[in-house]
Amino acid sequence: MANIKVDGQEIEVPDHYTLMQACEEAGAEVPRFCYHERLSVAGNCRMCLVEVKGGPPKPAASCAMSVRDLRPGPNGEAPEVFTNTPMVKKAREGVMEFLLINHPLDCPICDQAGECDLQDQAMAYGVDSSRYQENKRAVEDKYIGPLVKTIMTRCIHCTRCVRFTTEVAGISELGLIGRGEDAEITTYLEQAMTSELQGNVIDLCPVGALTSKPYEFTARPWELNKTESIDVMDAVGSNIRVDSRGREVMRIMPRINEAVNEEWISDKTRFIWDGLKSQRLDKPYVKKSKKLQAASWNDAFAAVSRAVKKTSADKIGAIAGDLAGVEEMFALKGIMEQLGVNNLDCRPAGSALEPSKGRASYILNAGIAGIEDADAILIVGSNPRKEAAIVNARIRKAWRASGVPIAVVGDQDDLKFDYEYLGKGVESLAAVAAGDVEFAKTLANAERPMIIVGEGALTGTAGKDVLALASSIAKGSGALSADWNGFAVLHNAAARVGGLDVGFVPAKGGLDRAGMDKAAAGGDLDVVFLLGADDIDMEAYKDAFVVYIGSHGDVGAHAADVILPGVTYTEKSATYVNTAGLVQQTTRAVFGPGDAKEDWAILRALSAHLGEALPYDNLNQLRGALYAQHPHFADIEAPAQEDAKAIEKLAKVPAKIKKAALSTPINDFYLTNPIARASAVMAECSQLAAGGVNEAAE
Amino acid sequence: MLSDQDRIFTNLYNQGDWGLEGALKRGSWSQTKSFIDKGRDWITEEVKSSGLRGRGGAGFPTGLKWSFMPKVSDGRPHYLVVNADESEPGTCKDREIMRHDPHHLVEGCLLAGRAMDAHHAYIYVRGEFVREREALQAAVDQAYDANLIGKNNVHGWDFDIIVHHGAGAYICGEETALLESLEGKKGQPRLKPPFPAGMGLYGCPTTVNNVESIAVVPEILRRGGSWFAGLGRENNTGSKLFCVSGHVNTPATFEEEMGITFGELIDKHCGGIRGGWDNLLAVIPGGSSVPCVPGDKMRDAIMDFDGLREVGSSLGTAAVIVMDKSTDIIAAIARLSYFYKHESCGQCTPCREGTGWMYRVMERMVRGEAQKREIDMLFEVTKQVEGHTICALGDAAAWPIQGLIKNFRPVIEERIDQYTHNAKADGAVPSIAAE
Repeated sequence: MANIKVDGQEIEVPDHYTLMQACEEAGAEVPRFCYHERLSVAGNCRMCLVEVKGGPPKPAASCAMSVRDLRPGPNGEAPEVFTNTPMVKKAREGVMEFLLINHPLDCPICDQAGECDLQDQAMAYGVDSSRYQENKRAVEDKYIGPLVKTIMTRCIHCTRCVRFTTEVAGISELGLIGRGEDAEITTYLEQAMTSELQGNVIDLCPVGALTSKPYEFTARPWELNKTESIDVMDAVGSNIRVDSRGREVMRIMPRINEAVNEEWISDKTRFIWDGLKSQRLDKPYVKKSKKLQAASWNDAFAAVSRAVKKTSADKIGAIAGDLAGVEEMFALKGIMEQLGVNNLDCRPAGSALEPSKGRASYILNAGIAGIEDADAILIVGSNPRKEAAIVNARIRKAWRASGVPIAVVGDQDDLKFDYEYLGKGVESLAAVAAGDVEFAKTLANAERPMIIVGEGALTGTAGKDVLALASSIAKGSGALSADWNGFAVLHNAAARVGGLDVGFVPAKGGLDRAGMDKAAAGGDLDVVFLLGADDIDMEAYKDAFVVYIGSHGDVGAHAADVILPGVTYTEKSATYVNTAGLVQQTTRAVFGPGDAKEDWAILRALSAHLGEALPYDNLNQLRGALYAQHPHFADIEAPAQEDAKAIEKLAKVPAKIKKAALSTPINDFYLTNPIARASAVMAECSQLAAGGVNEAAE
Repeated sequence: MLSDQDRIFTNLYNQGDWGLEGALKRGSWSQTKSFIDKGRDWITEEVKSSGLRGRGGAGFPTGLKWSFMPKVSDGRPHYLVVNADESEPGTCKDREIMRHDPHHLVEGCLLAGRAMDAHHAYIYVRGEFVREREALQAAVDQAYDANLIGKNNVHGWDFDIIVHHGAGAYICGEETALLESLEGKKGQPRLKPPFPAGMGLYGCPTTVNNVESIAVVPEILRRGGSWFAGLGRENNTGSKLFCVSGHVNTPATFEEEMGITFGELIDKHCGGIRGGWDNLLAVIPGGSSVPCVPGDKMRDAIMDFDGLREVGSSLGTAAVIVMDKSTDIIAAIARLSYFYKHESCGQCTPCREGTGWMYRVMERMVRGEAQKREIDMLFEVTKQVEGHTICALGDAAAWPIQGLIKNFRPVIEERIDQYTHNAKADGAVPSIAAE
């Protein structure tokens, strides 16, 4: 600890603090543009200048100078820093003037206006008039992709975007070329950036140089309602803020949650919102004479009721999709229990994960932030960059900070960090388990090894074996100790962990999804309820009576006999559990379109038609019933602490070693769910990523 | 007045052989092994006692700089980096050393390397210096061939010298930008602290010295620090290469004792001012980045670090730019402003934006197309740049203008008056005194 005087007030701060941190500790505000706490220090905007007593007679950049660098006074007095002297005021005014001389005065047509650092700080630290008589500099705009719009004349060269893309996103595609006043930020050849995290540069840009292209000229920040919510595009559960105006979602921004997404979100999370407005199911439909026709809620419920009453419980099934909230899965399970149906599944992809084996066996036990503590990482059958871009950024952060050794079994793809490639299939994983490869030693010698198993690796015929092998590697390498659980399942859908938590899996003697497929194809399944389940083979269900409850007219709705229009995550309050077992809730930002209702309410109404109404009339009562059965859902945002014994037990299961390749189920990052498939922006990104569009600069 | 036997650079004009044979005849590489054997502390002490101050412009005591290097290595190698990116307008001393007396530098690298426990020296040569690099590389190769440097050399101190060719950016002469460029990155200055002595090239302890500072070391060791300290004035010791350009009868680069007066310097070496002393308008005594001094103050000024500070300027690299009364002093300084605008790296705000602003105002002042109040504004802008930047380029861009305004304000005002006087009713003004 070091003592330092800030504006006459003596405080004690840790040695490694910068002057800026010390000043903030003392309550003194320090303006800044280039400094960002999650990026390296550039020290180039010079806005954070402070006066240092005893130093040279010039101000010092407080973001770059450490408390340690200051010398104490002659009699050992604490070094002194000032943020309110005439010298500091003059310096800030000077820097502000320089920043503004070549900055266009186009705030009225700038999307950043209202949330612009330059605007705010010019008000606080600038002077009221300009002395600059010359012509202002103009800079040509650059094409850097379909997501980020550039107005480069506004750029103040803070290089936050360059540092973000190279440090966090791991792409060296954005840079500063030229020098002096001709310096420009560009992607050199004006190609689109290839990162899944590029949208974050919009938030980082302190001015309006980089703004959101899909959002351009649509709204002003002060007319937006801001709703704090949770993202469901992947199993990360990124914390987001939904900005809406009237009944429309205008944009999605990140919120800070150190345990989950820090302050980054993936492009799919950020730019999905146009998909919330198209392809929506806004009224119930019933299939009459082979055509879906709009119907009233009562007609639709009656149609479902007729179909259910015609058949027996063993010929009914229910499948929950990737975006389903815990509440609606709980309600659907309730209906199925009343009907005596055992055929339930929340794993459309058919993974080997079972709630009965213990919660530790299907979550990322150490937590997403825990990845940074790992000192060896084995990734099995997963492409975290596509499945959970934010988790990938965490792994990269850990790799950059400590050079943690990483190995991959499965697909060999550019993950933006270096790793040792061990092979593609189950046999390579078995070799690690048997200690036949060098990396097995690395894992064994590590204090906190982590084994990340992708959901894709756990599907198919080898799923059970992969789970057993991964568990035995975790056990054998000491990943399951009293204070560290390095067994980590990386899911790729927001609904999955919640579904497993409520036990939305086959009851005794029931069929799983694969079983239901077979039964339906053989005519042994008459009615199937799809709760937003689109990523399954609908061909098998063409003779069954399909009830689709969901928000978008995607695969499931096309094959449906009755459509009950639900709402999306921005239109309801629902509980989601992320891949690390963290329980979080979304908040309703806008209302659903047309007749669409919250999914749990649809199911509650349906239950009355099918026979016995579910025992709750509002969301609070539903949650009461949910919490009574599954108390952990009440612990919102409490990190999961599960018993590692479940994994030890799994490790004892003998594994058959087959020649099965382990690969990620996600081929196209941008089109993984019905909302994304309805989004024009995502479609463009997808085409671009596939090399389909070669758009020239404007 | 420097006597011939005190001269260090005896082949400055390439009258002899610049190669190893000639250098050996002139006394280079003699006793080198004994200096190496005496160890790093002895060398550093000897350089300290000589009072040698860095010849790159800032005048920081060289021996003291070397003593900042860690005494015991923590496992990281130490590096010596020689700054041969001599790009300051007016300065042309290092190129003469590299072309005509390169073995002084090569031997100096070895000795300085010993003094900081470095086994590697990088010499960063300015991009435009092609012949200089060739000569230097040839000298280094000769030294390797004669086993004077390299692994298991005759001196018993393994030492490699790598001559690196820059790409011609002025900013790469700033020591940390030079290190960045050497590492293969964009030449932009680093934040200090950490200083290079703690974290320099590739994150290892590094000392960056000017060519001349290193090249004089062998002679200092051979003749003793007290010999060097005996030349010049206290705190401003030794001899120095001066480069005189501009309106003198015979512009030249030559070695002279520190502390000589400007008048003697010009009369003895440069054949006097063109048109006589009364024709002297102004002098920039230390390379383009120091303030200019009016001629009447200059004749008796003492040409060393402290002497020139007394007249409000600085010795810098001892590149003396002499301007007689035919010079348009405003245009001259505006040209320097253009240079700094062009060479600003663009990293930090005050320099990136300020150099362009200053240059554009200066351009108008050349024509007189300005308001008189803008003179004060310009002065304030220079003050807003000075001391607010990461490196010293901001200061270097500000000082010439400050020197102009302090010393030649009436000239600027007169130009403005003249412009206004010549203005026609429609606002069109015939161009006067423009470049």
